[in-house]
Amino acid sequence: MSPRSSSQYARSSSGRLDSEVAGSSQSSYPPIEDYALIGDGRILALISNRGSVDWLCLPRFSSPSIFSRLLDTQGGRFFIRPRIEFDAKWKYLKNTTVLQTSFQTKDGAARVIDCVPIADGLNELQPMREVLRIIEGISGETDFEICIDLRPDYARKRPTLRHGTHLGWRYNWSNEFLAVRTDAGLDQVGQTLRGTLRVRAGERRYVSLSYSQADPGVFTLLGAAADQRLDATLEWWQAWSRNCTYVGPYKDAVLRSALTLKLLSYALSGAIVAAPTTSLPERIGGNRNWDYRYCWLRDAGLTMQAFVGLGLRDEARGFLSWLLHATRLTWPELQIMYDVYGLTNLREEELSHLEGYRGSRPVRIGNGAHSQRQLDVYGEVILAADVYVASGGTLEPVECRMLAGFGKVVCNQWRKPDHGIWETRGEPKQYTFSKLMCWVALDRLLKLNQKGIVSLGLLANQFCRQRDAIAATIEELGFNPGVASYVSELNGSAIDASLLLMPCVGYKSANDPRVMATYERTWQRLGRNGLLYRYEPADNQLGSREGAFGICSFWAAHHLACRPAMQQARKVFDHVLSFASDLGLFAEELDPDTGAALGNFPQAFSHVGLINAALAIESSSELR
Amino acid sequence: MMLDEFPSSPADLILWGLIATIVMTSVLEGSRGFGFSRMSLPFLVGMFFIGSRRWALILGLLAYTIGGWLFAFLYYFLFASVGIYTWWFGALIGALHGVFLLVAALPLLPFVHPRMASEYHGLTSMRQLEPPGFLALNYGYGTPVTTLLGQTLYGITLGGFLQLQIVIRA
Repeated sequence: MSPRSSSQYARSSSGRLDSEVAGSSQSSYPPIEDYALIGDGRILALISNRGSVDWLCLPRFSSPSIFSRLLDTQGGRFFIRPRIEFDAKWKYLKNTTVLQTSFQTKDGAARVIDCVPIADGLNELQPMREVLRIIEGISGETDFEICIDLRPDYARKRPTLRHGTHLGWRYNWSNEFLAVRTDAGLDQVGQTLRGTLRVRAGERRYVSLSYSQADPGVFTLLGAAADQRLDATLEWWQAWSRNCTYVGPYKDAVLRSALTLKLLSYALSGAIVAAPTTSLPERIGGNRNWDYRYCWLRDAGLTMQAFVGLGLRDEARGFLSWLLHATRLTWPELQIMYDVYGLTNLREEELSHLEGYRGSRPVRIGNGAHSQRQLDVYGEVILAADVYVASGGTLEPVECRMLAGFGKVVCNQWRKPDHGIWETRGEPKQYTFSKLMCWVALDRLLKLNQKGIVSLGLLANQFCRQRDAIAATIEELGFNPGVASYVSELNGSAIDASLLLMPCVGYKSANDPRVMATYERTWQRLGRNGLLYRYEPADNQLGSREGAFGICSFWAAHHLACRPAMQQARKVFDHVLSFASDLGLFAEELDPDTGAALGNFPQAFSHVGLINAALAIESSSELR
Repeated sequence: MMLDEFPSSPADLILWGLIATIVMTSVLEGSRGFGFSRMSLPFLVGMFFIGSRRWALILGLLAYTIGGWLFAFLYYFLFASVGIYTWWFGALIGALHGVFLLVAALPLLPFVHPRMASEYHGLTSMRQLEPPGFLALNYGYGTPVTTLLGQTLYGITLGGFLQLQIVIRA
């Protein structure tokens, strides 16, 4: 394993190569890692380093898209880029999610600043949603071209487009409205708006998309008013970043991960979606393309650890409230995922009219895995509550009763097979990780009972017996002496990287011989180029080899920090970190051979893994 | 005028004026939720008085409800003036009222509303609201239909109530 320097992946992009792509061409799609994420907690947009907004769903994360160029060359997009060949470099402005892309051409240099303004839409008359793009000349003269090709409802609807002398261009579809405000001239070409503009050094030009649904539209102002919105947005994010208490050696990476988690948090409910995208493939050309714009309970405990570890108490409370509020619809049982408002019917549908990212069909919306049984989620939710309480938080009596109810379900169901943490489609199985998290559920409830926070009464004895029975089952059937490792399924022989979490969730010490042996065996069977696959190919029912799993590689660093084997932990962590995108973002998976990002992007779970590993390394370093 | 033949007590008129207003408001606001229109008359009314979206909605709903309530008495006068107390006559008045709103009152709004932009004014820091346009079509193609439906149901509720009173007394 030889860690690569992050500079190996730092690069500038060259543009004007994909100007008018017709038909399907793999090369016409930017690499997944060449996207940036901007948002305001209500909407999220993916922008390529060629200046194109290729993914935007309105009015919320899992709503239909208006730009889906990410998944089809005809899916609609909004680009602003130089008219001639250019080099582009980009970055997030310090401690914010405001993106700045600098373009250099032979005639001059200019930058485009992209943000979703954070405005007080309640006490002022502001649009419900806005994407603001500011073009600023740096030197010489730069000619830009602008194209707004709006394709609502995953490119299934054609909006009407109208122009008014003073009000500018307006799109309407269903009961939705989008106003295009700009000081650049735009012309209608079919349903597309196209235009050019020249910026000289020191000049600023503006393009704003403002959106309303079910309300009269609100037009935005440009010029100084737009600058004010940008300044307010920068100040908001910088103020938020100051709440992050981590000061260790990985500060930049951790803060970027925290900002990404904040972007993925839906401000109106506190839910955190797994990713802003759907159907970015786990293998290029493959069919493992899922919709991740929902909230997985699987991520709950570790996400809470990340929030609490970073001192983000408001986010921690908001997330726990959402967890315990959203799950009331199904209580005492838990579904594995919910939408941002806790809705449970996430019916899966294939969009056959979209060709998929680089031809990776099908494109799916909704997620059929929502109806699977996944027993580890009980442990995740209870772990989240325990971590929150340990950080000084308090629980409402009704929340305590809910947690006890989850414990009863665990006692009744832990012996049943399920679909496991990786949501394997097909027959349910006896996954060791599911048993482990059932153990965590009962263990944490008993500890909360001992602290007097949850009152279990006579249930405590039952929970204690069942917890010990689960541990006995894991030790007897979940550890395979022949393989010298804990294994994916009871009585099985396959390895699963999720079992690296055993010491991280307090099941056993990281120095336990069985745990150490499992770590070695996991690297031996699942490691490649310093990254970890999540399970062995034999478990792969859809038959396509996916990439290495981002969070599993961070779990390895976390695991080592628990021993603590600091030098090794840092080495693993640094290596995985070198696979981040230019902007510090991680997809769900990584191609261990090329470093390319795979799967939905950016992924909350990967960034949670990064934060927790960094916190564990920092914490162990302090102890030493 | 045949006010002496009026079939209802003032208390009943007040109550049914309120009920008719609630019916109409529910239809109009419900049409936004169901995706037929983006027009919110309470919001537009509220924005007359205040620039805060929150207070505009609260004040607007209050003012709109009171306005609808008072408007019921104009309808009662109309019923009394022709001596027809039926649901269909209420529907007719309501529909005419709706047509007036769509073709005359709402298109006039940008000229009197302090926060509404128009094709003539352009935008200012004060005027940022989208104008309704002819038949309020800017707020969605379903807007004329939902507005007519809401106004017609308002008239039907008032006329139907009076008709019911007469039947009960007979």
